[in-house]
Amino acid sequence: MSIWEYANPVKFIRTTDRLMPYLAVGAVICLVSGLVWGFFFTPDDYRQGSTVKIIYLHVPAALMAINAWIMMLVASLVWIVRRHHVSALAARAAAPVGAVMTVIALATGAIWGQPMWGTWWVWDPRLTSFLILFLFYLGYIALWEAIEDDDTAADLTSILCLVGSVFAILSRYAVLFWNQGLHQGASLSLDKEEHVADVYSNPLYVSIAGFVLLFIALVFLRTQTEIRARRARALIARERLT
Amino acid sequence: MIALLTRDLRLAVRAGGGFGLGLAFFLIVTVLVPLGVGPETALLSKIAPGILWIGALLACLLSLDRIFALDFEDGSIDLLATAPLPMEGIVTVKALAHWLTTGLPLVLAAPALGVLLSLPQGGYFWVVVSLAVGTPALSVIGTFGAALTVGLKRGGLLMSLLVLPLYVPTLVFGAEVARRGGEGLTVQTPLLMLAGISFGAVALLPFASAAVLRINLR
Amino acid sequence: MELQVKNLAVARGGVPVLEGLSFSLTAGRALVLRGPNGSGKTTLLRTIAGLQPALEGDITGAGERIAYAAHADGLKTALTVTENLTFWAQVFGNTDISQALAGFDLLGLAERPAGSLSAGQKRRLGLARLMVTGRPVWVLDEPTVSLDAASVALFAEAVRGHLATGGSALMATHIDLGLDEADVFDVAPYRAVPRVSAVDEAFL
Repeated sequence: MSIWEYANPVKFIRTTDRLMPYLAVGAVICLVSGLVWGFFFTPDDYRQGSTVKIIYLHVPAALMAINAWIMMLVASLVWIVRRHHVSALAARAAAPVGAVMTVIALATGAIWGQPMWGTWWVWDPRLTSFLILFLFYLGYIALWEAIEDDDTAADLTSILCLVGSVFAILSRYAVLFWNQGLHQGASLSLDKEEHVADVYSNPLYVSIAGFVLLFIALVFLRTQTEIRARRARALIARERLT
Repeated sequence: MIALLTRDLRLAVRAGGGFGLGLAFFLIVTVLVPLGVGPETALLSKIAPGILWIGALLACLLSLDRIFALDFEDGSIDLLATAPLPMEGIVTVKALAHWLTTGLPLVLAAPALGVLLSLPQGGYFWVVVSLAVGTPALSVIGTFGAALTVGLKRGGLLMSLLVLPLYVPTLVFGAEVARRGGEGLTVQTPLLMLAGISFGAVALLPFASAAVLRINLR
Repeated sequence: MELQVKNLAVARGGVPVLEGLSFSLTAGRALVLRGPNGSGKTTLLRTIAGLQPALEGDITGAGERIAYAAHADGLKTALTVTENLTFWAQVFGNTDISQALAGFDLLGLAERPAGSLSAGQKRRLGLARLMVTGRPVWVLDEPTVSLDAASVALFAEAVRGHLATGGSALMATHIDLGLDEADVFDVAPYRAVPRVSAVDEAFL
């Protein structure tokens, strides 16, 4: 029994079908309880008032925006090394989800920034990095869409993902250097000094768990869709033969 | 390899080769910016290093699709692929030829255009240095983008979308060197970063470009 | 050293077109591939030239021994005939192009830009490129397109000269080249049985 067995499309669909209800229900429970707890049952911050509560959307979305890219990077490497088609399709499926997460992080950031910083947008390093990450997502998705042959598209996008990852990290350091920024430090970190208070962080953990489950469920669903689309093309091809 | 380089250079300067197009584009961008933002000398002098960098970057981008498209159309790429040249060598020579015909003229023209933008006195040297160090990275990264989109019809727009995010670190550090130099600040850190990106890109990206080109020829 | 193809299957755009091909080409011989349009001759030649991977089977004695010429001649219209030919000679590590110019009757055109040549003259220049590669195995896809009778005779003469010096030639063509010594290989019986590719199979 090896993990590579799930690289078989049929087996992948069967397994994820079984997992899907748990993931979906888990995601809904975590999201609803995390967000309700966060929005209604935490105290207002003494400086930021109730605006602070947007972190229950903002932080998880930002986390997933980065994690989605990392997942695509891993899936691309698996495709390059082992040439499992499900892996390539999973990378393709994750990209739009990651892009939407990036937009959510940027939009909630802007909504929070307006009352706090007095402006919708500043060229702060974190904001700028996310905007650049969004551009990387757009390029990646556009390349997938532009190429007809599935395997060629998978090969090219995988290499783009690898090269893009290096340049995304370089960009991150470049913009850090370019402008020191307004954005506060990490909301969650092992260093307790800059950590948000426990009363805020507990619902945040629940909400992050919800976003993770939601992301996994969406990627599974979209990968299944990609597999079925591929299967439909295979069926049409077989139909033509007979 | 030298034969390929001389052929590409010769093609660029012959009629219809497009040599000088990038330069003309660079000139037009620098003329348009003051028309857009107003003739105030203080403002222009402040943004001049950035404008010169953006102009150089766009001029570079404009000429990228010529790197492989023409060779792809007339079948030269297939024949080169069966020739005793490593694909990595071919893409490196292509990038070098692009730099010599586009990047280098931009570097040399930048001071003249700096006058139009009232670049501060100390800035000329650093604009030239930053462009000289940074444009090789632009050519090599651009070659990767051109290789990615070589077989595609109307790949030009897609290529811009793929290449521009990759240009971000080079642009940031390059413009930073030029800006700091103009203001008389120390430029060591951004200059080292810029050089690092250039060397890294020149050393490693040809492998990615060659892999991508092989996939596209299949 | 001979070119050997064993149990080869080739695919175009992921669809197998020819399979079970086996033949060999010894030094001094020419082999003409025949088959209707769309039967996969071009795909087969591209695979042998190493431009695309084989679906199954082995090819030995190819690789660095192949000089490939396809429909596109890879000519630069802004360069002269001499410059075009010299470039390819240098790429393959040679310097002498006079034989190739003479062999395809291009001496009179040597200083003309390739863009001003007629289609047949361009084709002759494209074929002359083979002679400057110094490679023993010529792989030719429809070499005589747009050539007139006299030029076809020139081409046949060039192939004969190449064979006489221990070279060999593999070509796909529909017309009679006047090369009586050439063997003929019909690809029609090797048409691949229509099937779903192994990858698609996994999705069904």
